[in-house]
Amino acid sequence: MIGNLDYSILQQLWWLIASVVGSLFLFLTFVQGGQTLIFTLASNEEEKSLIINAMGRKWELTFTTLVLFGGALFAAFPLFYATSFGGAYWVWMLILFTFILQAVSYEYRKKPDNVLGARTYEIFMCINGSVGILLIGAAVGTFFTGSRFSLNLYNSVTWHTPYHGLEAALNPFNLAFGLFLVFLARVLGAMYLVNHVDHKSLVEKARKATWINLLIALPFLLTILIGLVTMDGFAVEPATGRIFLEKGKYLNNLLGMPAVLFLLLAGLGSVIYGVVVTGFLGKNCGIWFGGLGTVLVGLAIFSLAGYNNTAFYPSLSDLQSSLTIYNASSSKYTLTAMSYVALAVPFVLAYIAYVWKLMDAEKLTLGELAGQDADDMY
Amino acid sequence: MGEDILTTVDWARAQFALTAMYHWIFVPLTLGLSFLVAFFESIYVKTGNEEWKKLTKFWMTLFGINFAIGVATGIILEFEFGTNWSNYSWMVGDIFGAPLAIEGIFAFFIEATFFAVMFFGWHRVSKGFHLFSTWMVAVGSNLSAVWILVANGWMQFPVGMAFNPDKARFEMQNFWEVALSPVAVHKFTHTTSSAFLLASLFVVGISALFLLQERHQKMAKRSMVVAAVFGFIASIFVAVTGDEAAFSVAQRQPMKLAAMEGLYVGEEKASIVALGIINSSKKPGDVQPAFHQALKIPGLLSLLANRDSDSFVPGINDLVFGNVAHKIIGAEQRMVTGKIALAELARYKEAREKGDEAAAVSALALFNQHQGDLGYGYLNNPAEAAPPVATTFYSFHIMVVLGTLFPVIFLLVLYFAFKGTLENQRWLNIACFFSLFLGYVAQQAGWVVAEVGRQPWAIQGLLPVGVATTNIAPGNVQTTFFIFLTLFTALLLAEIRIMMKQIKLGPEA
Ligand code: HDD
Ligand code: HEM
Ligand code: HEM
Repeated sequence: MIGNLDYSILQQLWWLIASVVGSLFLFLTFVQGGQTLIFTLASNEEEKSLIINAMGRKWELTFTTLVLFGGALFAAFPLFYATSFGGAYWVWMLILFTFILQAVSYEYRKKPDNVLGARTYEIFMCINGSVGILLIGAAVGTFFTGSRFSLNLYNSVTWHTPYHGLEAALNPFNLAFGLFLVFLARVLGAMYLVNHVDHKSLVEKARKATWINLLIALPFLLTILIGLVTMDGFAVEPATGRIFLEKGKYLNNLLGMPAVLFLLLAGLGSVIYGVVVTGFLGKNCGIWFGGLGTVLVGLAIFSLAGYNNTAFYPSLSDLQSSLTIYNASSSKYTLTAMSYVALAVPFVLAYIAYVWKLMDAEKLTLGELAGQDADDMY
Repeated sequence: MGEDILTTVDWARAQFALTAMYHWIFVPLTLGLSFLVAFFESIYVKTGNEEWKKLTKFWMTLFGINFAIGVATGIILEFEFGTNWSNYSWMVGDIFGAPLAIEGIFAFFIEATFFAVMFFGWHRVSKGFHLFSTWMVAVGSNLSAVWILVANGWMQFPVGMAFNPDKARFEMQNFWEVALSPVAVHKFTHTTSSAFLLASLFVVGISALFLLQERHQKMAKRSMVVAAVFGFIASIFVAVTGDEAAFSVAQRQPMKLAAMEGLYVGEEKASIVALGIINSSKKPGDVQPAFHQALKIPGLLSLLANRDSDSFVPGINDLVFGNVAHKIIGAEQRMVTGKIALAELARYKEAREKGDEAAAVSALALFNQHQGDLGYGYLNNPAEAAPPVATTFYSFHIMVVLGTLFPVIFLLVLYFAFKGTLENQRWLNIACFFSLFLGYVAQQAGWVVAEVGRQPWAIQGLLPVGVATTNIAPGNVQTTFFIFLTLFTALLLAEIRIMMKQIKLGPEA
């Protein structure tokens, strides 16, 4: 049945799948947000331990979603994988370094004889939550602002700046994107803490942190939104595949795809609702609205970049080298085979949800951290 | 690149080798220890004996410490295909990307999800579900191995695909041929069994240390018996699947086999070199001896390589320069064909660009005739088709020698455990402790055989490493190489210190 789908439908489907994985990743960056909250929320060792252990039960999920995002892009859009990773070399390398630092930090921080000392591992976590997320945001920003590269006849990439991608972080739009994600992650992290931890003063502080961080994020969000509706965009002529600059392309995309506009507004609304109920109404369920909202906003952003005859990875140096979901994708055969594989995703989501529910049935307390399994705790 | 002595491809190879070898320090222990922990916990659940729980938790702690850094070194590898081998990623991404994505969907999430239960779920889920989770971590880890080895197997023996000249890339034609490739199958069986072997050596070695220190004797002996049984079975598997691997290499990558044995001039009734010192100044085609010293067993190589002790095994010279009598086309001739394929491909692209359909059709026809040797067209000199012989030879021999030693160790452990005198066997316990390190040596050596032995190919016969790399100045890769070297070494040292401390604290802490 999947085998009968049109090539272009498969390409659109895979952009959607990649977008879903990417958006879930954005939600799961609540772990990274939590890691930066260690420094602003915790006023003593106990509170710090609570935050780290709350995040520590989920960090692998975020990490693995990032890995899957990379894998899905490689399988479905290999030209993007080759062009972006090979070209914007330094951005991706720095992002990865911060995730390497994160991966060991939970396990090693509290263990005796850990050479670098607990403080170092906490700083590693913070670097991951700030620099790592900022750069990811800047990299996503280039979906709209473009990069300086060109492809030759054999599709081999040449990058036209010596900074190999780091220049992206200097563009105000990309920078705003990165900072927005950093503070969004902190909002989500605080909401997750409220949901997961049983500790009066810490939860009080986390509630407050949700709306403070949302406030800080607002100017960046506005910069992004205003940027999006005013900037020129990279459009594709469907018949020839030729790329050209179109005035107000992303505004046109929003108006041309009302569903996307709806996703964007509903998503933002849902995040704000989550913050309001957590910050002001004393509810614990805000993370679910925040999470859902983040996923919807993510989907809207990726849709704006990829659908409606838009080049999702534009080249400023050579317009015709820009990548679209049509010229960057795998063969029809591979997309079909991968679509069958993707049928397993709902089962994966189901067992993750089941285990999540089981493990989060009771809140994390100081008692558990000091209890008979104290040695296992992060 | 005048002043750069090392080019981008050299740094990219160094960086990939460095990160892969670091990953491979941690991965085999994960693959095997996850099962051993599951065995221990199963015994605990079955007997309800708290001592087994303590023992389970002890090995589980060591597992967790190792796992964290395994994950850290893995993520970089996945993205390195794009950052350092971007041409490769484009040219074969249509085939190669799929296994990586499937691995993420099927394996890594199982690990990530149940790992948290295993460590933090003792009081949050039922005993039964906890045990189930521990088993799922073991299964998930080993599933991680499946797909990456499918990917690696495909690079060693590309099947199930065709070249698309319009896109200038290889495209998948048959998923099952890729997934069930015989090379992928033996890679998986040999690699996982060798990982079980390594983890058994780990448990036996550390337990032996406890016996030497006269601490935790009861637990140490229990651990040792379970691990020695597992390790002995695994080591038989390792030898059998290793022999399969060698047979497969002989059939599909004869150049690698020739390098593994230091065989320059092919022969019938070829003998195997049991021990030897390679003459490292020897080049293909010259008259120098291949070995300074060698101890040979006649006929055995022919038997192992072709399952027939009279058969002909080609040497490096035959594969480089060809051998008419045995109908072997050498790299020298393949280069000629490959260069025609490359030239016709260029002519085809140019004609398409200009819209000259007639020229495009004729170029394509010629390309199709010659494309089988595409990769050879990139070589400048036929001798480039041979891998570094000394590295391949020594690594292979170290692996095989150690592979025959380990089962003996496990048998001795079982024998004395059965007699009840394990704690008195000082020498055996010392040997067990050192074998732990030798296990790591064998693991690394195995991958060096597999990867160095397939040089210069990133994709056997189709894509040499020099063409696979990213178009980036070497200084960038050089810098990241040293960052990785520093970072991973620091993390490794921290890991070792933490492990040593936990071992010192012991299972009864
Ligand atoms: C404890 C580790 C260990 C031990 C004792 C052995 N091996 Fe091994 N070997 C590996 C660990 C390993 C490995 C790390 O798992 C490799 C690397 C690539 C692969 O597929 O497995 C490998 C590769 C490898 C290859 C190359 C396969 C290829 O290039 O495709 C051959 C021919 C053998 N092995 C053969 C043997 C033989 C005949 C052994 C004798 C008993 C043996 N190995 C013991
Ligand atoms: C160059 C090839 C490889 C790549 C790109 C790669 C990629 C990765 C990645 C991204 C992770 C982290 C997964 C997570 O998020 O949990 C990982 C972990 C892991 N990989 Fe690899 N890997 C490679 C080679 C191998 C091989 C050859 C095996 C086994 C045969 C293997 C087995 C594992 C296992 C068991 C883990 C779990 C973590 C651990 O062992 O500590 N990997 N790998
Ligand atoms: C984890 C275990 C592995 C180890 C220890 C290992 C070891 C090595 C080594 C030593 C090299 C350098 C060879 C040289 O340049 O002379 C290398 C290169 C390479 N390996 Fe592996 N390898 C492993 C797994 C894999 C897997 C699973 C894949 C693919 C799926 C892979 C793909 C590559 C590639 C693309 C290169 C670079 C190209 C080349 O130099 O051939 N490796 N590896």
